[in-house]
Amino acid sequence: MKSPQPNSVEPPEPQRRQLFRQLFRYAGVALVGSAIGHALIRSRPLRSAEILRPPGALVEARFDATCVRCGLCVEDCPFDILQLASWADPAPTGTPFFVAREEPCRMCVDIPCARACPTGALSPLLTDIRKADMGVAVLVDHENCLNYKGMTCSICVRVCPIREEAITLKPIRSERGLLQIPTVMPDSCTGCGTCEKHCVLSEAAIRVLPRHLGLGVSGTNAVGRKAL
Amino acid sequence: MTAVFRQAGLALYRRRWLLSRRSVQLFILLAFINQLPAIGQIAQGNLASSLWFDTLPLSDPFIVLQSLLAGSSPAVTAMIGAALVAGFYMLFGGRIYCSWVCPINMLTDAAHWLRHKLNIKGNMTLSRELRKAVLLLALLLSLLTGSLAWEIINPITLLQRELIWGSAAGTTLLLSLFLFDLLVSRRGWCGHLCPVGAFYGVLGKFGRLRVTATQADSCKGAGCSACVKVCPEPHVLAPVVSGKQQRVTASDCTRCGACLDQCATGALSMQLDLGEARKFKGIPVVSRRDKP
Repeated sequence: MKSPQPNSVEPPEPQRRQLFRQLFRYAGVALVGSAIGHALIRSRPLRSAEILRPPGALVEARFDATCVRCGLCVEDCPFDILQLASWADPAPTGTPFFVAREEPCRMCVDIPCARACPTGALSPLLTDIRKADMGVAVLVDHENCLNYKGMTCSICVRVCPIREEAITLKPIRSERGLLQIPTVMPDSCTGCGTCEKHCVLSEAAIRVLPRHLGLGVSGTNAVGRKAL
Repeated sequence: MTAVFRQAGLALYRRRWLLSRRSVQLFILLAFINQLPAIGQIAQGNLASSLWFDTLPLSDPFIVLQSLLAGSSPAVTAMIGAALVAGFYMLFGGRIYCSWVCPINMLTDAAHWLRHKLNIKGNMTLSRELRKAVLLLALLLSLLTGSLAWEIINPITLLQRELIWGSAAGTTLLLSLFLFDLLVSRRGWCGHLCPVGAFYGVLGKFGRLRVTATQADSCKGAGCSACVKVCPEPHVLAPVVSGKQQRVTASDCTRCGACLDQCATGALSMQLDLGEARKFKGIPVVSRRDKP
């Protein structure tokens, strides 16, 4: 718009005002974009119970912030069990995970994956692989587990790398006779997934779950009566 | 016979910068993939964070910055790696990353070449400042969501993951990027949208490696403009061609050397500009197109 008076020439805009105008323009775009982007990122699938993090991984929210998705852990795993999540996987793109039923963690004593991590997303403080917490094995299906049917399969007990500690057989008397029930000791189990891998059923009856999904916690129920 | 060799030599000479940077790009790409029998693997990881020759850690400062904003606590190896990379680009010029390291550059250059061959004229005009908004957006989103926002779609590491670990889930993204540059917007991705380039541009704003008019009197200026025509960021050359400046000081210059390949008069050269540091502090003179 030109002004009607020919002699009122608009003074040139001061540089500082130009700078602020530009700055606010960026900020505006970034604000609108971040509202949309935030919704988009939140709508992406969260980590599902099917994928497990390498040993030493920080709790999921901190892991997501700390991992730079470089894949050094993947390359240093001598058994090639780790992979980086692609777009199709139910985990943030580029983060490392393994699928226990396909390839369980072999629990190397020197933990090369955690040693390779440049950011500490796989904690350098983890020095004893038996202290790793990748999840916890849970006998999820009592109906199909062969030991519950009175047979002595016990493959999960026999393959467990933390022998006689993480999974043991507990005798239980039932109408079918004396059953030998595989029982997980959550404090000793690292969630390596060897039991899940070797379960003889076509779909495993014992599965590694993230600890918060696999274990109950004693204490007060918000609705029910007070714990004793 | 000698004429043929002369021709071939000349053809190579006219592409010396292009060929050198393609070699560097391919070397970096293959260093992550190939297992050499004599040395083993040259680099492990990917451009986010890597270990070269089993000793030298390098990290992308942009990705580390996102991670810090998302709420991670700094780790020694990643910080050293990021400082080394950031130091290099601050010293020499940030967008060297774009034309000498980034593998996506080969993809978008191919799109641009094909666009030229097929004579595609249609062009959606975007602001070159848009990438700075995308950069702000990526950083803001990292802060808000506690995740590395740009890494969800970052095509650079996506391409590397596909090549190194052989997946194909992100191919659609890479294809759409190629088609965007080919059909929708001329140099749309690298020149207008990519926040990684914007980040390195800001980081290495005062980089010392500069295209310099060493023999300014032999430059034919606006009458020739061969350099401007091939430049992926043509606005950076404007002050030099018009004789206002001796050196390209704009932070958008990627040091790709296309102008040097193209200049028939030999007026331009790439020089380390260590002196006169004070002269270039402040806002560099860039022709503003939106001025009346």
